[in-house]
Order: sequence, then C-alpha cells, then structure tokens
Amino acid sequence: MSLLVKGGRVVDPANGFDAVADVLVADGRIAKVGKGLKAPEGTEVVAAAGKVVCPGLIDIHVHFREPGYEYKETIATGTRAAAAGGFTAVACMANTLPVNDNRSVTDFIMAKARVEGVVRVYPIGAVTRGLKGKELAEMAELAEAGCVAFSDDGQCVMNAEIYRRAMEYALPFGVPIISHAEDEHLAHRGAMHEGLVSTELGLLGQPWVAEDVMVARDILLAELTGAHVHIAHISTAGAVRLVREGKARGVRVTAEVTPHHLVLTDDAVREYDPNTKMAPPLRTKRDVEAVLEGLLDGTIDCIATDHAPHALSEKEGEFGECANGVVGLETAVAILLDRLVRAGRMDLPTLVARLSSGPARLLNLPGGSLAPGALADITVLDLDHEWTVEPARFRSRARNTPFAGATGTGAPVLTIVGGKVVTV
Amino acid sequence: MAWTRKDLVSMQDIEAGEIGDLLDTAESMKEIATREIKKVPTLRGKTVVNLFYESSTRTRTSFEIAGKWLSADVINFSASGSSAEKGESFLDTARNIEAMSPDVVVVRHKAAGGPALLARHLRCSVVNAGDGAHEHPTQALLDLLTIREKKGHLEGLNVTIVGDITHSRVARSNIHGMRKMGMTVTVAGPPTLIPPACQEMGVKVSHRLEEAIAHADVIMMLRLQHERMTGGFIPSLREYSRVWGLGLDRLQHCRPDVLIMHPGPVNRGVEISPEVADSRYSVILDQVTNGVAVRMAVLFLLAGSRAA
Repeated sequence: MSLLVKGGRVVDPANGFDAVADVLVADGRIAKVGKGLKAPEGTEVVAAAGKVVCPGLIDIHVHFREPGYEYKETIATGTRAAAAGGFTAVACMANTLPVNDNRSVTDFIMAKARVEGVVRVYPIGAVTRGLKGKELAEMAELAEAGCVAFSDDGQCVMNAEIYRRAMEYALPFGVPIISHAEDEHLAHRGAMHEGLVSTELGLLGQPWVAEDVMVARDILLAELTGAHVHIAHISTAGAVRLVREGKARGVRVTAEVTPHHLVLTDDAVREYDPNTKMAPPLRTKRDVEAVLEGLLDGTIDCIATDHAPHALSEKEGEFGECANGVVGLETAVAILLDRLVRAGRMDLPTLVARLSSGPARLLNLPGGSLAPGALADITVLDLDHEWTVEPARFRSRARNTPFAGATGTGAPVLTIVGGKVVTV
Repeated sequence: MAWTRKDLVSMQDIEAGEIGDLLDTAESMKEIATREIKKVPTLRGKTVVNLFYESSTRTRTSFEIAGKWLSADVINFSASGSSAEKGESFLDTARNIEAMSPDVVVVRHKAAGGPALLARHLRCSVVNAGDGAHEHPTQALLDLLTIREKKGHLEGLNVTIVGDITHSRVARSNIHGMRKMGMTVTVAGPPTLIPPACQEMGVKVSHRLEEAIAHADVIMMLRLQHERMTGGFIPSLREYSRVWGLGLDRLQHCRPDVLIMHPGPVNRGVEISPEVADSRYSVILDQVTNGVAVRMAVLFLLAGSRAA
C-alpha cells in the first residue's frame, strides 16, 4: 500500500520545509519527502503540480452532536464535512447527550468513529459531571479511554474552586483543560457583543469583560496549579493581551481562535441573521485585529472552527431565541486562504502551522508533520481554486454558516488520511 | 411623492426626505378625524392584520382606527389564544397569516428584529409596531408630527429624552428620526440605564436632570418599568422618582415654551408628576391623536400608493 503525491509545493512548517517535492507514503506513514522520488510498482500517484501539499489539518474544536443530537450532526456527516474541508483529524467536545463524562460515552464515540468516520476523531471529556460545574467527571478513566483533553465547552465552570481541583486532578494525565471563558453573570445571556451595534439593534449585549475576567482567572489558576489551560475561541483584544502576558510569565496557557472571529465583526449581525450568533459573539474591528496579531506572533497557537451544527428550525427565528453557534469545517480553510493569505495578512506556512503542527503539539496528537515515520495525513490545497459558499452542498447535516454566498480563491482539494485518499 | 419601500421597520433605515413625506401625509390625514363621517374609501378591499405578540392598548387601537378610517379590513391577532400557545413558531404563524393574503402586517414582538425577520420572509408589507428594545418607528413619527405642529419646525430644536434609554425602543427610533431632521438630542438618566456606546449614535449624554433639561425645547419622559430594580439597574422606585422624576419644581428652570411628552403608558408619580402630566406644557394626548394620523399615512403609503 503506497502512494506518491507528486510535484506539489510541500509546505511542512514543523520541519521548516517549503519547496517543490514529492511525498512518498507507505503503510500509512510518510516514507520520504524529496525531489524526483521513484515509487515502487503499483504505487498510486496523486498529481499535485501547481498545488500545495501540507500536513493533514487538525481541528481541535468541533461539536459532532452524537450521541443524542443526531438531527444536527453525526460522526458520519461531521467527519465527511471535515474531510471536505481539508481536515484529517478533529477533537470533539463533550456536550453530547449523554454528556461525554464517563468512559462508556468515550468508547461509543471512538467505536462510531472507527466504523463510520472518515477522518481521525479524538474525544474530549467533560471536566464536570453533566457539564453542571459541580462535581468532577471521572477524568482518569476518560483519559485512559482516549480523551485528549477535558472541557465543559459551551458552559463556563463558574466555581473557581471546582476548576482549580479539576486542573490539579488532571495533572497526571498530561492533557490540557480547555476553557470556555464566559462569566455567566456579566454575559447576562447577551445574544451578541455589547457595543454600538447591540445598542442600535436593541439586542442584549455581553461585554468583552465577560470573557476577559474568566481568561484572567483561568491563567491565574493555571499558574497556581501548574496545569495546562487552553483558552477556546479567544475573541477579545484584552484576552489576547492576558494570554501573551501569561505566556511571558511562563504560565502553561495556550489559545485558539476561530475563522469567524478572525474575519467578521459585530457589524455582520445587523440583519439579525441567526447565523451570525455564536458564543463568544462576533466582536469589534479592534478585537479582530488583535486576534490576528496574536495568531501571527504565536500568542494564539492554533485555529479551531468551533464547528457547531444546528437544525434550520433552531437558526431561523428571533435572534435572541436562536441557538448559539455556526458550522465551520467546510468553509474554514477556504475563508482563511482567501481572507488572510491571499489578502497578504498572513503567509501560507504560518497558516498551515496554525492548522497542523500548532494544534498537534497542543493536544499531543500524532500528525502535523511530514517527517518520515509520521502519520500519512496530508491535505492538498489549490490556491487558485475559485469558490462560492453554497450551504446546500455541505456534507455536514447543518447549514448554519455566516458565510453563505461568500466567494473567494484558494481551497482544500484533497484530503489523505493514513495514506488513503478520502472520498466524500 | 414616491414611497418605494415595502416595509417600515426602523427609523434608522429611512431618510429625512421620507420622514418629511410621511409627516406631510399624516398632516393631511388629520382632517378626516374632524369629519362627521370619519371614513374615506382609500384602502377599500385591502386587509391589514395587527399581529401583536405583546400587550398594547394605544398602538393596536391606533392602527385599528387608522385602518378602519381608510376603509381597510382590519384583523386583530393577539398571541394569547392563538397557535403561538400551541408551540407554533413566530415565523410559521406569520407564513400562515400571509397565506390568507393580507396587504399589510403590523407586528409587535418582544424580540428585537422580529419585524425585520418578517419583512425578509413575507411578500406583503410589514410595519414595525415595536420590537423589543430595537425600534418603534410610528411612535417616533407621531412624536415628530406633534413637535412640528407645536413648534412650526423641527430643525435646530433641542430634545432631551429622560429615563430608561437602555430598554427603550421609543428612544432609539426618536434618536434616529430627530437626528435626521436636524435636531439635537440629549439622553439623560442614571448610567445603568444609558446604553453602551450611546454617544456613537450622535447624542449627548447627561447624568444630571437639571442640566439636561435646562435648555430643552422638548422633554420626553420615558416610562420606568418596575422590573428594572431586580436587574440591578436602580435601587428603588422611590430613589428613581426623587432623582429623575419630573415635577413642577424642576420645570421652573426650563424654557417657558417647553413641551413635555411621554409615549405612555404613564406611571404618574414615578417619572412624571400628575401636575406636570396635566400641565399646559404637556402634549401627551396630542401625541395619541397624532398617532392615528401617522398610522393612516403609513398604511396609505404602504398599501395604497405603492403597489398601484
């Protein structure tokens, strides 16, 4: 079983490699990267001339809704959406029904992924039972079963004492605690960012400080406990500053940002489109600039989509009543290639790093590299491919994207997992 | 005059010229109220549905009278006793009503953006009769009509809006409308009831009542909703009334020709004393009278003149 990806521009930031080369794969692993590689008889050849060949992209923040909310998304549809969007691996959050707070749910997710999934699926276990923020979940067993991190994502653990204990208890497992930083009292059920737009629209807003106070708290708790805290979907200028300061002080804090927080502001909410509603909310231009700056200088370690599928009925009514979240797997890479790389705001190797080696390192996942012996997870990008976002053609079961109708240039065109081309 | 819009959702959307046209049309409608037989055939055969998801006396009645004086068939729909109680979504209810071919749907909803949602999904005209803390455009129009009648013009006037600006759709619609008509707007209230980034809407902000009303040509008092105390916005009605209530004593320092307005319903003794509400400065009932004329103008422009 071998495969030759021939003649593409190989961008492998983990190994400082950026040149036209062939990538030879054997037995599900990278065998060799170099010019004019000879493939053994019977090797499948993928012509990649004029395209970009990079390590398989990894999204460490998705919601696949199975078990429990299969009407929104399943592991089968979610992993197909991932593959279509150029992702070879995802980490899925614990807010399923039942919650992934015990090993039988983890086992179920992993079994489903093995049988029905088309990309690698890494479960994230809950921090607290039922995401209630009161008692610790059985983290030792969850880690043993294969959970790669712990998070109550969707909920903020408001009780700082419980959160401290969670960080301490998780230390031996060597996996991070992922924080959904949102002070529920300050956020006050606000449906969007608090500012001029929320005032003009008459929508209840949540202030930036609802995120910042929790990021500050969690960095301090990480400092106290020595735990690795990862800030999910960072969205404010202040939170980026706090993480930067924390890192400089040697605290084990990392962060991710979503594509939508990198390219959209609260102005996008003006038509009351529920597909612009998510937590944290779209912020201001100043925040968008700050998260991009943080992503460039490494304060923010990776990009993650927070892929949050919902049924149409949950996303077409009154803005304040609609569910939070947007899908991202099938638009993320294309949007980022166009809005950041093509626009000259970020170079391609940096973007690839933030989508591959960055997340891999953060969760200690295999992948994110094209070094010999690494998993043969490869994504091929076509920087000249022109696209229009058509939600009706998504592989995801959901359609709730803020980018419907958007156009651009540059997209993932081929996804290889374990040396096999994924067809979706 | 050319009215080309399908809907009237917000004052932010419409332009000064359109506001002027609406006010002129409303003024011409006022004469109908003085006739012995208050009915013209303008909207005969047209159907207006009042879709009210929130309680309302003044606005619903006003739209109903406006429609009836123009000979439209007016149907009132209130959320209680409807399929909304059986779990039908707002949008589904509206689609069902549209299937019965109304020409105009007048909607009040507790959700900001409710009318915008309908305007996007329905082919018929949609009029916003108040949506959450967003806008209440016909209220702003009737306020402007009242001020223009009493003062003879709008441009250059100083208006002070006092009270719970944060939760007020009336304030938002008036801020947009008044700014477009060349008026200077000050909002005044305790900082907890002044919305974030309010100055960016082009208004002055004051936290002292005396200072805010000293040079005002018009003072608009807003109702204070009782539930604001539980949200931590104010400590007590008593304190609010003492600091922010408008009594005759405070009126002494105002311009002698000041107009006192209130969109209703009035909490006498809370934001405004009975003496002020009933004083010669008060135009509160003129506002209500003008409300019918403004709504006749809106219905006429949307259903009568546009489609034809």
